[in-house]
Amino acid sequence: MTTKLTSAPKNTMLSTKTENLIFDSLNALAMLFVCVLTLYPFINTMAVSFNDSIDAVRGGIYLWPRMFSLKSYETILIKTSSIPTSAMISATRAILGTGLAIPMSMMLAFVMTRRDYVLRGVVTKLVLFTMYVSGGLIPTFLTFRMYGLMNNFLVYILPTTISAFNVLVMRSFIDGLPFELTESAKIDGASEYRILFTIIFPLSLPVLATIGLFVAVSQWNMWFDTMLYCSSAKGLSTLQYELKKVLDSASSMAGDTVSAEAAASSASEGQSGRVTTQTIRAAMTVISVVPIACIYPFLQKYFVKGMTLGAVKG
Amino acid sequence: MSTDQRTLRSALNGPRRGDSLPRLLWKQRQLIILSLPVIFVFFFSYFPLWGWIIAFQNYKVAFKGSLFQQQWVGLENFVALFKEDTFLRSLRNSLGIGLLTIICSYFFTLLLAVLLNEIKVSWFKRTVQTISYLPHFVSWVVAANLIFVTFSPDNGIVNELLLRLGIISSPISFMGLPSIFWLIAAFSEVWKASGYGAIVYLAAMTAIDPALYESADIDGAGRIRKIFAITLPSIAPTIKILLVLSIGRLLSVGFEKIFVLRTPSTTETGTTLEIYIYDFALKYALFSKGAALSIFNSLVSIVLIVLSNFAARGLDGEGIM
Repeated sequence: MTTKLTSAPKNTMLSTKTENLIFDSLNALAMLFVCVLTLYPFINTMAVSFNDSIDAVRGGIYLWPRMFSLKSYETILIKTSSIPTSAMISATRAILGTGLAIPMSMMLAFVMTRRDYVLRGVVTKLVLFTMYVSGGLIPTFLTFRMYGLMNNFLVYILPTTISAFNVLVMRSFIDGLPFELTESAKIDGASEYRILFTIIFPLSLPVLATIGLFVAVSQWNMWFDTMLYCSSAKGLSTLQYELKKVLDSASSMAGDTVSAEAAASSASEGQSGRVTTQTIRAAMTVISVVPIACIYPFLQKYFVKGMTLGAVKG
Repeated sequence: MSTDQRTLRSALNGPRRGDSLPRLLWKQRQLIILSLPVIFVFFFSYFPLWGWIIAFQNYKVAFKGSLFQQQWVGLENFVALFKEDTFLRSLRNSLGIGLLTIICSYFFTLLLAVLLNEIKVSWFKRTVQTISYLPHFVSWVVAANLIFVTFSPDNGIVNELLLRLGIISSPISFMGLPSIFWLIAAFSEVWKASGYGAIVYLAAMTAIDPALYESADIDGAGRIRKIFAITLPSIAPTIKILLVLSIGRLLSVGFEKIFVLRTPSTTETGTTLEIYIYDFALKYALFSKGAALSIFNSLVSIVLIVLSNFAARGLDGEGIM
């Protein structure tokens, strides 16, 4: 800074300062615009979800509910069972899916870093190629049906257990740990299992947090497998799939007044108040976003690291 | 070889001269057991490839025999497919949406990263980044919901703004306009993925030597000049590699995105190859044709990926695979 002050002629310095000021202000404005663009749809949906249904049809709700009401939430959370059940299924698959994917991916990532392992190349190639080869929708569907995965909870967690990307990110991380750790443990007579689970595992917590977040979020967000494999099993519906169904039923996007029964597919009969698909949909969106929005900011430093690791190694 | 080294070699179970393969495998049995999760890959990624044979058959769902006893028809399904107008149209849509998405998301992700990098107030930068990640973490169903509401002709914010500004005189149903569906698809991706995608560029930017900026200051370079003369050239390798890689994914437009964003009125421009496959399978139960299309899609994708990988290798002397 001091070098600049002494060496730059006075008028250039002034113009540089002005340029900086203009640039910074415009940049700040642009960034605020990005924030508004990103957040407005979420805030607006939240406002609509807390608004009275009939009143919301009039429109004009932006950032804050005009007539506060919890009826939409009451309808989907208490008066019907389909949303709480499907949310439970979504949460269960997120927890079990992560619990399965983490150790399995970790094992593969570990053997892929062992340069002395004879089958290292084979295992690495088998995992890598899954990024490029896929059976496609129909062959996969027919195969999974053959496995008996139709209307089976396992279809949610088994096929997604190993993801090449996740394994690669973990591999890059373990590769960065000093190999001497493994070496000295081997000399002390530790088994491979012991090395993995008592030495490598605790040291890999940052990358585990990253991958854990990725897996849990993608599990929570999945709906297509529900539609494809479990659409006839009511008890296996997921929150996102329920949301998808409501989105479909409200294709006109108008604030059409329908009874709660039609909106949330299995609402109980004979309700007094009427709710519209518009607010029901908004409330369901809020319910499905809130858990994620509460978690990801705290894991930020981990997934930023994980993303960078993944990018380096492809 | 000293005793110490020998202990070390044998302790590590590494390959040694004179070790036969079975002996070596036995020595490394624990590692082999730890490799068992590849079973998942076999079952869920490779075995479904068997299903490709139905592309060469006239597959009947109700048929009672084994898969191999179905009627074989050779390349008939492929020939029939290539003659269809709908196939060509969905190929055009896939390419169109793919290209537009790559161009738009490329430009805006880079722009966002550059602008974020220029913010000197760290709490502001962190806040903007945290907010910009949010859409990445929500599902496409949620994203589509928000997009439909935003563009809705009934009180949607976009229509309301345009009406108030007097640009349009009556609300437009944007999501039902076939002519802008490609744009909607591309900008949905920009909205959802830019903030998260910027991470990679920002990481590359942290590696730039601050001395470069300092000497540029001495030379009296302005902010914009520095962006073009230092920041962008410094991260050029990252930019190139990511561009090349995204070309490899050209045909994988993103099934879920299109599936939730399309409406009956945007069928004409919103039916991509992947959607077309889905229609075959679930609407018309034409499994063989759908599988043929899957194979076509996979082959083109693999060719694109291999080509782009070669290109990446040429760019920085090092491939991705």
